[in-house]
Amino acid sequence: MSGKRSFGRFLRENAVILLFLVITVLAIKPSGLSLVYIGQEMITRLGRDSFLVLALLLPIYAGMGLNFGMTLGAMAGQFGLILAINYNILGVNGLIFAALVSLPVSLLMGYVCGAVLNKAKGREMVTGYILAFFVNGIYQFVVLYMMGSVIPVRSRAIVLSRGYGIRNTLNLDSVRLSLDNLLAMHIGPFTFPIATFLVIAALCVFIVWFKKTKLGQDMRAVGYDMHVAEASGVPVDRTRIIAIIISTVLATIGQIIFMQNMGNMATYNAHDQTSFFAVAAILVGGASVKKATIPNVFIGVILLHVLFVVSPGAGQKLFGEAMIGEYFRQFIGYGVIALSLVLYAWRTRRETERLREGLRGGNMAAAAAAEGEAK
Amino acid sequence: MRSLKQFGADFGWPRIIIFFFLVALFFAAPAVGVRVDASLSDVFNRFGQNAFFVLALVPMIQSGCGLNFGLSLGIIAGLLGATLSVQCGLHGAVGFFGALVLSSPFAIVFGWLYGKLLNKVKGEEMTIAMYVGFASVMFMCIMWLLLPYTAPDMIWGYAGKGLRTTISVENYWFHILNRFGAIRIGPFFSFPTGEILFVIFGAFLMWLFLRTKTGTAMTAVGSNPDYARASGISVDKMRIISVIISTMLGAAGIIVYEQSFGFIQLYGAPLAMPFTAIAAILIGGASVKKASMLNVVVGAFLFQGLLTMTPSVINSWLQTDMSEVVRIVVSNGIIIYALTRKTKVSK
Repeated sequence: MSGKRSFGRFLRENAVILLFLVITVLAIKPSGLSLVYIGQEMITRLGRDSFLVLALLLPIYAGMGLNFGMTLGAMAGQFGLILAINYNILGVNGLIFAALVSLPVSLLMGYVCGAVLNKAKGREMVTGYILAFFVNGIYQFVVLYMMGSVIPVRSRAIVLSRGYGIRNTLNLDSVRLSLDNLLAMHIGPFTFPIATFLVIAALCVFIVWFKKTKLGQDMRAVGYDMHVAEASGVPVDRTRIIAIIISTVLATIGQIIFMQNMGNMATYNAHDQTSFFAVAAILVGGASVKKATIPNVFIGVILLHVLFVVSPGAGQKLFGEAMIGEYFRQFIGYGVIALSLVLYAWRTRRETERLREGLRGGNMAAAAAAEGEAK
Repeated sequence: MRSLKQFGADFGWPRIIIFFFLVALFFAAPAVGVRVDASLSDVFNRFGQNAFFVLALVPMIQSGCGLNFGLSLGIIAGLLGATLSVQCGLHGAVGFFGALVLSSPFAIVFGWLYGKLLNKVKGEEMTIAMYVGFASVMFMCIMWLLLPYTAPDMIWGYAGKGLRTTISVENYWFHILNRFGAIRIGPFFSFPTGEILFVIFGAFLMWLFLRTKTGTAMTAVGSNPDYARASGISVDKMRIISVIISTMLGAAGIIVYEQSFGFIQLYGAPLAMPFTAIAAILIGGASVKKASMLNVVVGAFLFQGLLTMTPSVINSWLQTDMSEVVRIVVSNGIIIYALTRKTKVSK
C-alpha cells in the first residue's frame, strides 16, 4: 500500500478527532484564556468526567452501541446523594454512603435497561435514549412526590416548604470536593486531584482485567457476532444484561464523583445531559459504535472540554455574543455524535456491500480488498 | 371471550387502556370542577394543532425509514417560512399561506439532503436522525441570532438585532384557520372548523397519495426492499421522496401550530417536538414499519386528549401538579413499547 493511500485512510478513520482538534486549536486564541487556566480546567474535568465516560466501554465491547441508558445509573447516583445530604454524612463517607445506597437501585435499573434493550436488538441506542426519558419521569415522581411523604427525608434544608419533594437545587457542601481534596497535590500552577485519579486508574485496571476474564471474552464474542456466539454456547442475552448492569453501576459512581466536584446539583436536570456529554466525549476521542479503547476516553474528555471551556469566550470575541458560543458548543456536541454515527454506519454499509459483491463471484478482487480492509 | 381477545390484539391493549383512561377522565371532570365543554374544545383545538406533525411521520414509516426523530428539520423549515412571512409583513390568509409557500423550498432542500444522508446509513436511521435533528436545531439557534431580520415585531428591541425567543403572530395570522367557520356553542365551547378541515384535507391528500403509483412503490420499499428492487423500483429515490414529503408536512405542521398557538417559538423549542408526534402516532397503533390515516387520527386525538385532561383533572383532584410526570411516563412508555415489539408486517 502506498504512503499516500494510507495517509488518506488515516484521515478517513480519524476524521472526527482531527476535525475537532482543528476547531479547538483555532478557538483557543480568540477565547482570550491563558494556557495555565485551560490546563487547570483540563485537569479538573479529567477528574470529573472520565469515570462517567469509562462507563460506556463495556456495552460497546458487547456490541450494544453507545449506552444512552447510562442516565439511569446517573439518576440512581443522585438518589443516593440526596439521602447522603439528608443524613448529613460528611466528606468521603457521604460519597461512599451514597454509592452504597444507590447500588441496589442501580442494579435494578441496569437489569431493567438490559432486559428492555434485549427486546430491541438492532436499535439499542434509540431505545436506551427513550428509556432514559421514561425513567426520568419515574425519578421525578420519586423525588418530587415520594421523598418526604413516603420515603423518610426529614432535612428541612432540602425538602420543599410544602413538606414533601426535594428542592430544585441541592447544595452539596457536605461532600463538596471531598474526594478531589482528599489527596490534592500542587505542582507548579496546577492542582491535581490525586485521589480521584487513583479511583479512575483503578477502574481502568478493572476494565483491562475484565476483558481477559471468561465473561469479558464472552462479551467480545457477543459484540463480534451475536449468532456465532449463541451457536458456540455463549448465553447472549445474559451477557448483554451483565454488560449493561456493570455500565449502569459505573455510571452511578461516576455521577457521584461528578457531583462532588460540581458542588451543587440541579435535582431535576443534572442527569439530562450526562449521556450526551459522555457519548460526545468518547466519540470525539476517536471511538466508534463498535470499537472503543481507554485512550479514546481520555483524549475525548480533554478535547471536548477544552472546546467547551474556550467556546463562550470565542463566541463573544468573534460574534459579540456569548450565547453564540453556548449554542455552538451544543451544536458541536450533537454534531459530533451525528457525524461519527453517520461515518460509522456508512463505512459498515460499504464494507458489507463490497463483501456481498464478492460473494456473488462477480468481482473477486473487490472481495479480497474488502476482506483485507476488514482485517 | 376469544373474540374479545382477538379484538384486543388487533386494536392494541395500550390503546384500549388509554382510551378508557381518557373516558374516565371526562367522567371525572365535572366532579372536580373542570368544565367538560371547555375541555372538549381544548382537545379539538390541540388535535388540530398537532395532527399535522403526526401526519408528517407517515411517509417515512411507510418507506421503511422508521420513526422520523429528525422531524425538527421540517419544523425549522416551517419556522423560516413563518419568520419570512412576518418579515415581509404579510397579514391574514395571505400571511398564513405565504408562510407555507415560503417554507416549502427550504423543506424540499432540507428533506433532499436529509434523505440523501439517511440513504447512506440504512439500518441506523433513527439514532442518526435524532442527532441530526438536535444538531440542526442548535445550528439554527446560532442562525436566529445572526440572520439579518429587521421586522421590529421580531427582533430584540434592546439589541436591535437577533430574533426573539417567542414572536407573537397576533397582528399577522393568529387563528386564521381556527376562526374560519368556527362553531361556538355557549361561552366555553368553540369548534375550530377551519383547522380541522385543513387537517382532514391533509390526511385525505396523504391517503390519496399512498394509493398512487409512487405511494404504492414507497410502501413496497418499506415492506420489502429487496422485492421492491427486483420489481424495478429505485429504493433510494422512493426513500428520498418520503423524507421530502415528511419534511414538508413538518414545515406545514409548525405553521398550523403557530396560527393556533399565537406564537412562533424559536431556539430550543423544536428539540422536543418530534417526540410528542412520535408518541402520538404510536398510541394510535402505528408500528415502526406500518402507519395508516386511522393511526394518525386516533393517535393525535388520544394523545392530545390525554395531555389536555390529565393536568386539569388530576391537578384539581390531587391538588398538585403531577401532569408533567404523567406526560413523560405515558409518552415515552409508549415509544419504548413500540420499539421493543417484534415488527410483524400485517395486511
